[in-house]
Amino acid sequence: MLGHYPTKRSVLVPTLLYAQDEVGYLSDEVITEIAGRLDLTQLDVRNVISYYSMLTTKPRGKFNVQVCTNIACLLRGGEELLEHCAKKLGIGHKGTTPDGLFSLEEVECIGACSWAPAVQVNYAFHENLTPEKMDGVLDEYRKRATQ
Amino acid sequence: MAELVSHPDEVRVVAKRFGLGATNIDRYLELDGYKAARKALGMQPEAIINEVRNSGLRGRGGAGFNTGLKWSFVPKVSAKPKYILCNGDESEPGTCKDRLIFEHDPHAVIEGAMIAGFAVGARSAYIYIRGEYRYLLEIMQKAIADAYAKGFAGKNIFGSGHDFDLYWHGGAGAYEVGEESALMESLEGKRGVPRIRPPFPAVVGLWGGPTVINNAETLASVPHIMLGGAEWFASLGTPKNGGTRLFCLSGHLNKPGVYELPMGYNLKKMIYDVGGGIPNGRKLKAVVPGGSSCPLLTADEIDLAMDFDTLMKAGSMLGSGGLVVVDDSTCMVKFALRIMKFYRHESCGWCIPCREGTDWLEKTLARFHSGGGIKKDIDNIQYLSENMLGRTFCPLGDAAALPTISIVKKFRKEFEDHLEGRPCPFEKSGAVERLPVFA
Amino acid sequence: MLSAPKLVNITVDGKSVSAPAGSLLIEACKTVGIEVPSFCYYPNLSLQGACRMCLVRVEKMPKLQTACTTGITDGMVVTTDSDEIRQARKGMVELLLGNHPLDCPVCDAGGECELQDMTFSYGAAESKYIDLKTHRDEQQWSPVVYFDRPRCILCYRCVRICGEGMDVWALGVDNRGVVSTIVPNEKDHLNCEECGMCVDICPVGALTSGAYRYKTRPWEMNHVGTTCTHCGDGCKTTLGVRRSDTGMEIVRGDNRDKSGINGDFLCIKGRYGFDFANHEDRLTQPLIRKGGRLVPSTWEEAFELIGKRFRSFIDRDGGKVIGIIGSTRTTNEENYLLQKFARVVLETNNIDHHRTADLPAFAAAVHGKADFTASMRNVYDAPAILLIGNNPTDEHPLLAWQIRNNVRLHNARLYVVNSESIKLQRQAVSFTQVPANAYSDVAGFLADGRGRPSLQQDFGALREKLRAEQNLVIIFGSEVVGDGIVALAQFASGISGAKLVCLADYANSRGAADMGLYPDLLPGYQPLASAGKFKEEFGNVPQARGMNMRQMFAAAAAGELRALYIVGSNPVGRLNVDPSSLKRTFVVVQDMFLTETASVADVVLPAASAYEKSGTFTNTCGDIQILKKAGEVTTAKPDFEMIVRIADAMGFDVHKLVPFGHGVRADMGQSRGAQSGEADQHGVWLEAHGLEPKMNPFDPMATLDEIQRLVPGYDVSRIDLLAGNDQHTSIEAMGPGIKQDSAEIAPAGNNLFTSGTLGRYSNALNSVMENKNPEPAEVPAD
Ligand SMILES: Cc1cc2nc3c(=O)[nH]c(=O)nc-3n(C[C@H](O)[C@H](O)[C@H](O)COP(=O)(O)O)c2cc1C
Ligand code: SF4
Ligand code: FES
Repeated sequence: MLGHYPTKRSVLVPTLLYAQDEVGYLSDEVITEIAGRLDLTQLDVRNVISYYSMLTTKPRGKFNVQVCTNIACLLRGGEELLEHCAKKLGIGHKGTTPDGLFSLEEVECIGACSWAPAVQVNYAFHENLTPEKMDGVLDEYRKRATQ
Repeated sequence: MAELVSHPDEVRVVAKRFGLGATNIDRYLELDGYKAARKALGMQPEAIINEVRNSGLRGRGGAGFNTGLKWSFVPKVSAKPKYILCNGDESEPGTCKDRLIFEHDPHAVIEGAMIAGFAVGARSAYIYIRGEYRYLLEIMQKAIADAYAKGFAGKNIFGSGHDFDLYWHGGAGAYEVGEESALMESLEGKRGVPRIRPPFPAVVGLWGGPTVINNAETLASVPHIMLGGAEWFASLGTPKNGGTRLFCLSGHLNKPGVYELPMGYNLKKMIYDVGGGIPNGRKLKAVVPGGSSCPLLTADEIDLAMDFDTLMKAGSMLGSGGLVVVDDSTCMVKFALRIMKFYRHESCGWCIPCREGTDWLEKTLARFHSGGGIKKDIDNIQYLSENMLGRTFCPLGDAAALPTISIVKKFRKEFEDHLEGRPCPFEKSGAVERLPVFA
Repeated sequence: MLSAPKLVNITVDGKSVSAPAGSLLIEACKTVGIEVPSFCYYPNLSLQGACRMCLVRVEKMPKLQTACTTGITDGMVVTTDSDEIRQARKGMVELLLGNHPLDCPVCDAGGECELQDMTFSYGAAESKYIDLKTHRDEQQWSPVVYFDRPRCILCYRCVRICGEGMDVWALGVDNRGVVSTIVPNEKDHLNCEECGMCVDICPVGALTSGAYRYKTRPWEMNHVGTTCTHCGDGCKTTLGVRRSDTGMEIVRGDNRDKSGINGDFLCIKGRYGFDFANHEDRLTQPLIRKGGRLVPSTWEEAFELIGKRFRSFIDRDGGKVIGIIGSTRTTNEENYLLQKFARVVLETNNIDHHRTADLPAFAAAVHGKADFTASMRNVYDAPAILLIGNNPTDEHPLLAWQIRNNVRLHNARLYVVNSESIKLQRQAVSFTQVPANAYSDVAGFLADGRGRPSLQQDFGALREKLRAEQNLVIIFGSEVVGDGIVALAQFASGISGAKLVCLADYANSRGAADMGLYPDLLPGYQPLASAGKFKEEFGNVPQARGMNMRQMFAAAAAGELRALYIVGSNPVGRLNVDPSSLKRTFVVVQDMFLTETASVADVVLPAASAYEKSGTFTNTCGDIQILKKAGEVTTAKPDFEMIVRIADAMGFDVHKLVPFGHGVRADMGQSRGAQSGEADQHGVWLEAHGLEPKMNPFDPMATLDEIQRLVPGYDVSRIDLLAGNDQHTSIEAMGPGIKQDSAEIAPAGNNLFTSGTLGRYSNALNSVMENKNPEPAEVPAD
């Protein structure tokens, strides 16, 4: 992908995201490696990581449940959905279940306003949800993990 | 995959190929694909720019600047390469239209970017898509690869002797990166902090080269203008507001969804007819007309034409086309709080008024909503918002201030109802809890 | 040369202003005395537009504009003060105060805080904020840098000065929005050059100095502008002093006074390394060796003993049995006085000092040329610089700063020739590696284009490029000596406007050389044979060439040197002299600490540091600057006074050594820094110290008179000097010098964190060193 851009560092953000998808989070080793490859300081890389909300330097669950509570979802039960997930998973915002399967995150608008309330699990969208439908979604993922 | 809806009043231009499998390049070609690009290749750059300018196409990203006019600012000769940058960061709450374009008609964006490139003399385009839309990145990646495979991109496209390169690029979660100069910073691998202007991107943009930045919907409209002609496109809308728009209807509606309607379509009709009205026999309380950054309209302010100029006159903005409908069961203090929470979370932190103002306002609104409000808070909220307005480094500060000011002004009574420890009259589950700021 | 920039006319608050096209509005306003407030704007650093304090109204613009990012255009009409603007600024301050802790009473910056000042100016006194402030604990990032996040206003000055100014890039910004925070490069601590520029440039108390924090309030100090005593670059520094039990204690060093050659800059040594002055090991009493041990004595006893012994040696064997070693850290006046004392009182030329550069060769090479040496300011202005040898980042931090910022701000071209990689390569347009032993060959090749074919190959293209430059400044380190220097001067002669800099290491290395601390050279590099004016003035000057430092120690070991008088120098440590070889020599040492040299002495006299006296220093570029007395340890004496007192104790007529009592141009008090003022005017202070007002034999200004009269090239403006301005002396007017043995030259070998003896007694420097675990210094240098 380096060839796509006139400067090396332009690949930084997508590279970080792909590395995170591989490793689960941006560990010190990953940061060192990427900084080295792109001729950046680790400070530079960390400064960029901490700017973007999808990037994290802390491990999280296999499935990151991101519940939108922004206005469109708020009006259609986003907060109730978040509360429901929290109760169901037994964790709060940015928490991870002890089995490492799920993390929960309250997120800002994910571009599903017309299909609110919506949730993203990792990159997959789940829309027009109700607490009941949400249970089904979570079950589906739990099942997937055991297969 | 997002659900599609339809309504008889729709005029499908950008949405013409939605649901028709146009992600497949052959199917796209069957549906008039790449005809516009071929046509543009045979035109003088000035002629393309004039055509777009005369079509009355205005930026669909929010600011509504005449697209042809914007292109004309790019210098003819430049020592550094020129670029087209497609803004697909779509993060404005209430907005979910670019998503459908990328999902159903990625080649239209590519084609629009190419035409923009021919018009301004750029030889490459970057298509920036927000990181959460990972599946769209994959679609776009394939579309670009298909275009290269057909010889529509790369060297000597369409055998015309012109070269044109296309690249896709993903974000990683940041609303501010949708702001055009922050978008360039982000694409360059940096923190999404906006740049000082002037110089404007059309003169000094990506990697220092002149750059045209357009919203995905803007670019997707361009091929249709090339084929249908400026006059036709202009005639679809109202004066100076050419064409149609993807309106994202959400909130308290019976039939939310993304509808393509002519510019200037009546808002009231949009709510009650296209959107199917308010569910559960509730009454309309407020409307966010164009994404969370716009001042709200009350129920008696909605009999107006949805175009840039009319909304401006009505004290609001057409913005990004995100129409959020709010019924009378909603607490407007809470609504204001949720908006402010968003801006506090998304402020890049660069300048004082935005960074400190959003935090302060969120804290005040949170305390207020949970019953800890005192009378002077109401004026304070307005005072603080007004102190941010027009004084921040980029328009995000305005985006936070404008809806807040409108809510305080138009729903002051609801604020007063929260005073002196009274619980929120709308809340079922009691006080709202606030996320700790240092998470 | 640059042509004069075009002027643009604008109107600000009704006043017409003309300023060069392209100026920033905020700077244009300054030229007519209109101050537009700002936090984030800082001259010569990149623009931010972040604090929004500088909002002004520009006619025809819909919104208020930031004066810090607006370039002026002809006919622009600007308002900088109106209700609307005051409200905007007030609003900004209110917003800042929202999360800002109001701990001003205990904040180091209290009284010197730009946020306090803005709050005062814009009246944002009423607190609108009632919610909990966002708190974070203070962090220690290094022994000398602390960070208090809640106080930070995110002006990014620290980030920029560290990156753009220092080229260190150790600070960044993490997170976004209200949780954005300045962070150090190693997550929770800094790995950097510890210059403290970030602390100094912070407008509030967010970054504080480990050396100063919680020590005092700014208004409880006196602030004295003087010259740094560490390296040869001569930064102007402002010392904050406060009364202590033993005199005046220095509690802070900074560069508040940005008028000096260093502008904004100070390195770690200048900023924090003053604390040697307060070290508990500081000598405070004269010591006399009795029964093999050094025991405390009185000043009277010590001077009497020295006077008697010195007199008896001279009377018996003449001056040739006494050797004198001077200092590279004492003032010009002291050095001048010391050589005069040697030649006039002790009647010997046995005088030397630790040489870190071949300055006599330099003087010879530039002799008679006009305007052929560069000042420290030229290094910042020159369009092109050739740096041969040395690693200025470590050894000449200010010079490195000047070079870096010249490249950054003026696009100067830097050419580096070195045997090793150095950090300044990052700024260089070319780097050419030279074998460590081939510097002279390279100099020779540059001069005449002849030499080994490999030179042609490696340096041919460089030579051509350099010859095409104008106003090139050629800077060379101690790697280039003797004929090499002559060759470089020859090369420079062929380039229009070229100038040279010869790097010498200690604070007054240049002064020691200029003042004639050589066995065969009088002040101004005059050979003994052409003593001329000095003969007239001194009465007589011994003509026999004296011994150099090595010869003195050899003579001592051979039992031929009866006395050794060492002022502010540690040759025993540096040259690893066997103490037993000095058994038969009466050794007198003046120093601040019991160095290896002092501990083998027969008499040790506690000396005042450079921060505790007045006088002048000449930096490595030949720029002379004033020293003002800041601190004081009342039980130590300036070297100047001790030399005079020894002469007196020898029964010498002191009037022949120092002009006093009549006809001097010297000021009496103004240069005395912290103690000047009313007390001085009334003579109270002088009297309290047992001195005669206006007729004082210990006043170095009288000797400066003599230097200015007798040393060519030193006749700079006295007024400017006293006002604290640097003046470039002209070594071109001196000379002709005499060829020296280059084996006598040894670089100081200091890095950023060491400073010879002073560094050994600086807790601040040592704590940073411990933190970094660098290689231990090899030679305990002077
Ligand atoms: C805070 C902020 C966020 C923005 N986000 C977006 C966005 O997500 N997508 C977009 O197209 N434009 C966004 N914009 C507008 C862009 O800055 C820019 O005006 C637009 O991309 C230009 O394209 P257009 O002329 O085609 O509308 C945003 C602006 C601001 C101030
Ligand atoms: S630490 Fe100080 S200088 Fe640095 S950004 Fe914060 S307030 Fe500004
Ligand atoms: S000084 Fe202009 S915005 Fe800070």
